[in-house]
Amino acid sequence: MAKQGIIIEGLSKQYGYGDTAFLALKNVNMHVAPGEVVGLIGPSGSGKSTLLKCLGAVIDPTAGRMTLGDEVIFDGAWHVKDLRALRRDKIGFVFQAPYLIPFLDVLDNVALLPMLAGVDNTTARKQALELLTALDVQHRASAMPSQLSGGEQQRVAIARGLVNRPPVILADEPTAPLDSVRALAVIRMLNDMAKRFETAVIVVTHDEKIIPTFKRIYHIRDGETHEEVGEGRALG
Amino acid sequence: MISLAGRDILHSWGKFIFTGIGLGLLIGVTLIMAGVYRGMVDDGRVLLDNSGADLWVVQKDTLGPYAESSSLPDDWWRSFASLPGVMGASNVTYLTMQVKKGERDVRAMVVGIAQDGPTAAGWPPQLVAGRHITRSHYEAVADVASGFVLGDELKIRRNFYKVVGLTRRMVSSGGDPMIFIPLKDAQEAQFLKDNDAILMQRRRTEENPIFNRPNVPGLLEAVIESQIVNHSVNAVLVRIKPGYSAEEIATSVRRWNRLTVYTRQQMEQILIGKLIATSARQIAMFLVILAVVSAAIVAFIIYTLTMDKIREIAVLKLIGTRNWTISWMILQQALVLGCLGFVVGKITATFAAPYFPKYVLLMPFDSVIGFFAVVVICILSSIVAIRMALKVDPAEAIGG
Repeated sequence: MAKQGIIIEGLSKQYGYGDTAFLALKNVNMHVAPGEVVGLIGPSGSGKSTLLKCLGAVIDPTAGRMTLGDEVIFDGAWHVKDLRALRRDKIGFVFQAPYLIPFLDVLDNVALLPMLAGVDNTTARKQALELLTALDVQHRASAMPSQLSGGEQQRVAIARGLVNRPPVILADEPTAPLDSVRALAVIRMLNDMAKRFETAVIVVTHDEKIIPTFKRIYHIRDGETHEEVGEGRALG
Repeated sequence: MISLAGRDILHSWGKFIFTGIGLGLLIGVTLIMAGVYRGMVDDGRVLLDNSGADLWVVQKDTLGPYAESSSLPDDWWRSFASLPGVMGASNVTYLTMQVKKGERDVRAMVVGIAQDGPTAAGWPPQLVAGRHITRSHYEAVADVASGFVLGDELKIRRNFYKVVGLTRRMVSSGGDPMIFIPLKDAQEAQFLKDNDAILMQRRRTEENPIFNRPNVPGLLEAVIESQIVNHSVNAVLVRIKPGYSAEEIATSVRRWNRLTVYTRQQMEQILIGKLIATSARQIAMFLVILAVVSAAIVAFIIYTLTMDKIREIAVLKLIGTRNWTISWMILQQALVLGCLGFVVGKITATFAAPYFPKYVLLMPFDSVIGFFAVVVICILSSIVAIRMALKVDPAEAIGG
């Protein structure tokens, strides 16, 4: 069966019950193909983070269906027992700030994920070094996070998100702290990696600098999404 | 899998080292407190061992001669010495006082020993320098802890004594060094009245027509002499011949009903169970307080270290780290801190113990118990931090 990226159908999330009930996501539908990078855009309080948390298996959706790769992971209830393992093996995260582990060097920050999955240290470090090389940051492999520039830290964070070859990467405003040159470089990198590893990438952002680079954009407002074709501006 | 705790410790080693040293000093104090208690017990046992006695005969219904004052006539010993199974019996006096050497003085237990020779009970069993007392008056053998050296002249009451021998670990149950002097001198030192009291007593006697009879020459002088001289001792130390039961001989002595006799076991019970019982409870209270303070420090440090890593813990949880891995990381850090503190504490206690004025006996068993107590304290102290870490929501790593 071919990989399907991530498919979200009729996803809803309700907080509270009765009079205090609040529907944060309303019948959200999305589809991101392998190798594709889509933007998720919306104002504050529109439901972006709630959607990201649902996709990241951090909170439980109230209803709907999610398919990751070729596996249905949620259909009214989680179909996966170990959500922690699901996050570790099937979902890559890239955050607004890199959030690298300050007491691990660059190589081990990336290698930690495969190690957590049970891969031996040597193999995990080899995998990590491959990705660091792909992201052109291998020369800082033995550096501590505090010794890296903001752009280097974000590249390491991307490497960490990709190291377990997850079918989907959730990037939460990955370019927010960067200037336009570095922001575009990060988006270019995400596009390259998505194509190279056939990973579906969802980039949550309201960074005007990078929005024109998406070929497809999902707008979210009051918990509802609608799809729009983006400019797909060339990244050079 | 790499050691997250190890990497974190290496990353912030300064914090761990300084906290470990602080905790170590506290653990060192705790070990020394335990050592002080052990030293007190050992002082008591050494006192009994060095006396060389199998039985202590003291004034009736007293816990003498160490725990209570005891006074009995100094001619009882002959009666005990003639009992079957008794190897020897010696009078002894004990008096804790300030002994003067020039301008300074030393707190010491002055022991009056009968002139029965070095093999008699009550005598110091061995000397580290000099010789035993050979003269009937004004010679002394002092424990090295008193600070006296051979040839020193010390003053007890109004008399001067020359130090002719030195001993080691001859101390009272309170840890005061012993100074041995001849029994007659010790009796005088313990029971001597001051000059004014003697003069008044003499005047009263002279004015008493019963004692001052001109037709009975020498009576007044004899009475006055009897009032000055004191024939009391604090105890009689009895040695038993091999093969005889101390308890049987003690029972035989007790039959006279005017004396109390203690065996070695009973005397040890008095010294350890009664004499130092309050001090032991006091030390136990200190140990409890120190344990609680140590636990609070470890808990606070580990909690603070964990608080500093909340975001990293959220990220670790989000990327799939098991709760056990995070808990183990925190627990390992607490244990490393505890072990570091214990090593620092043990070294501190070992090097500091000799400088304490009282004997501090650091027993390996106490160190083992201390180590396990530190481990338990660290485990308990890390619980708060672990609970907090487990409550961290991985969603905290995602904005919004």
